Amino acid sequence: MNLIALNPMTLFSALPGNIAQGIIWGIMAVGVYMTFRLLHFSDLTVDGSFATGGAVAVMLIINDVPSPVALLAAFGVGLLAGMVTGILHTAFGIPDILAGILSQIALYSVNLRIMFGKANQAVSVDKYYLLVSLRNIPKSLITGGIFALAIIIVLYWFFGTEKGSAIRATGCNPSMSMAQGININSTKVLTLALSNGLVALSGGLLAQYQGFSDVNMGRGSIVIGLAAVIIGEVLGEALFGKRLNFFGRLLFVVIGGIIYYIVVGVVLWLKMPSNDLKLFTAIIVAVFLAVPYLRAKSQNSYAKAAKKGAK
Amino acid sequence: MLEITNIQKTFNKGTINEKPALCGVSLHLKPGDFVTIIGGNGAGKSTTLNAIAGVWPVDDGSIIIDGENITGYPEYKRAQFLGRVFQDPMTGTAATMEIGENLALAARRGQSRGLRWGITRAEKEQYHEMLKVLDLGLEDRMSSKVGLLSGGQRQALTLLMASLKKPKLLLLDEHTAALDPKTAAKVLDLTNSIVNKNKLTAMMVTHNMKDAIRMGNRLVMMHEGQIIYDIEGEEKSKLHVSDLLAKFEEVSGGKFANDRMMLA
Ligand SMILES: Nc1ncnc2c1ncn2[C@@H]1O[C@H](COP(=O)(O)OP(=O)(O)OP(=O)(O)O)[C@@H](O)[C@H]1O
Ligand SMILES: [Mg+2]
Repeated sequence: MNLIALNPMTLFSALPGNIAQGIIWGIMAVGVYMTFRLLHFSDLTVDGSFATGGAVAVMLIINDVPSPVALLAAFGVGLLAGMVTGILHTAFGIPDILAGILSQIALYSVNLRIMFGKANQAVSVDKYYLLVSLRNIPKSLITGGIFALAIIIVLYWFFGTEKGSAIRATGCNPSMSMAQGININSTKVLTLALSNGLVALSGGLLAQYQGFSDVNMGRGSIVIGLAAVIIGEVLGEALFGKRLNFFGRLLFVVIGGIIYYIVVGVVLWLKMPSNDLKLFTAIIVAVFLAVPYLRAKSQNSYAKAAKKGAK
Repeated sequence: MLEITNIQKTFNKGTINEKPALCGVSLHLKPGDFVTIIGGNGAGKSTTLNAIAGVWPVDDGSIIIDGENITGYPEYKRAQFLGRVFQDPMTGTAATMEIGENLALAARRGQSRGLRWGITRAEKEQYHEMLKVLDLGLEDRMSSKVGLLSGGQRQALTLLMASLKKPKLLLLDEHTAALDPKTAAKVLDLTNSIVNKNKLTAMMVTHNMKDAIRMGNRLVMMHEGQIIYDIEGEEKSKLHVSDLLAKFEEVSGGKFANDRMMLA
């Protein structure tokens, strides 16, 4: 690597674009947070539903549907995708990971159909009104920021309602929830639906931002979403500790997405091969997931006990 | 209040692990009955309570609560009639949610849950007063996560939750078995006062024969999936532990080995 060839200005000028992308992925990560953290359900549907959102939004926009309506439709189709996973899991007893994988695989075919059999479909910002676009980054930052904030506010309210409390209880203690009269099958399906709705909405935004939808655009998105969730959590807890409330947690998930994309920007700027990005992401997530576990273990380890016991 | 008639349950039917757990259990409770249930390990005490709560459907027989046949209702739907406290203090509460939020969840048992606030200001004041009565200092920790509480505190809270919306039937399955003797005694006192104050109909499984005699107005002994002894009122209060032991040895052929039954 020739470090002298690295120009700090290119890194700096790429920053706003990275942040805009990070906000969009942050919305996706908020969806992942709902299933992974609140419901304790590892939902792999998202790799499919993210691309579904992109496909639906782009196909509608190039057929002259206004982009806000197209985005709403993407959200709606995402809801359905999440519902399918939920029903596979609750009504047919398929384990969570497998139920998600089945939906994800099925969605690959569905997404190709939505895009009339093509692997990708372009949507030009010159021809259509788009909500976000890498050709207009300041606008993308503002629009993306407004979307993220609005979603966080709505979810903050929702999880304080009776329904939202029932969802949190379901994730925390299913036996107790049933004993309190909560239909945990329906709360699970609802959460999966809402989560994938958000993921698809985020996919719809990203497709507009990059100017095309791609049948593979969701591949590995669960890992990016998890990365954002975990980076946000670690940072939020480091900065605010116990004072971090639910609103703060959601906000930090989006911030986690932004940080992730800034890091990606740096990695690309260092001219590391972009093909290695997914490997890099997987390692980050694995490390962050392992650290709390290993830390707890080191405070509570047999080796330590043996050392003390040997004295 | 409760009419269970000839309920049957066999686990793992048709496999090598087939286990008939309930073999025709019938029990009728009048409103305000407080029945204690004793019996050896595997007698079917928990299974009876689980059958009423609807943890799984029974194979045969009917379960009627206050005139409503609930035999075909799933667990969450039966919750509107039932208050439950479990043996494991972890089971009855949501650890990552606040004390107040747990109570608010219980307050909505049997109601449809919509987009109203999960807990209101008025409720918080009401819960504050109720927690004060427990005398465990929980009223000042309403926004603490339940996971931070001790087992005894969690059982006390679960009892409060189970009775917050007056249930038609309160099910207690060895709810003090995981607690130290002093805490267990406290939770039992609380149980008595809650049942009496709200005039609840209740079933309590216990391995402590003294408690079984002392508490409630009726006592039932189970053995191999059947009720083998049922005594109430005056007669019950005159019972001695030795009477129960004799009864138990009579049905089980004298083998008392390796049982958790407490004689003290
Ligand atoms: N879900 C289940 N699957 C298979 N077998 C079960 C199940 N639940 C209970 N059993 C069996 O049914 C029998 C009755 O069990 P139950 O738990 O009702 O006993 P118990 O009277 O509560 O005993 P203990 O005093 O040990 O709690 C036991 O043989 C038990 O192994
Ligand atoms: Mg039992």
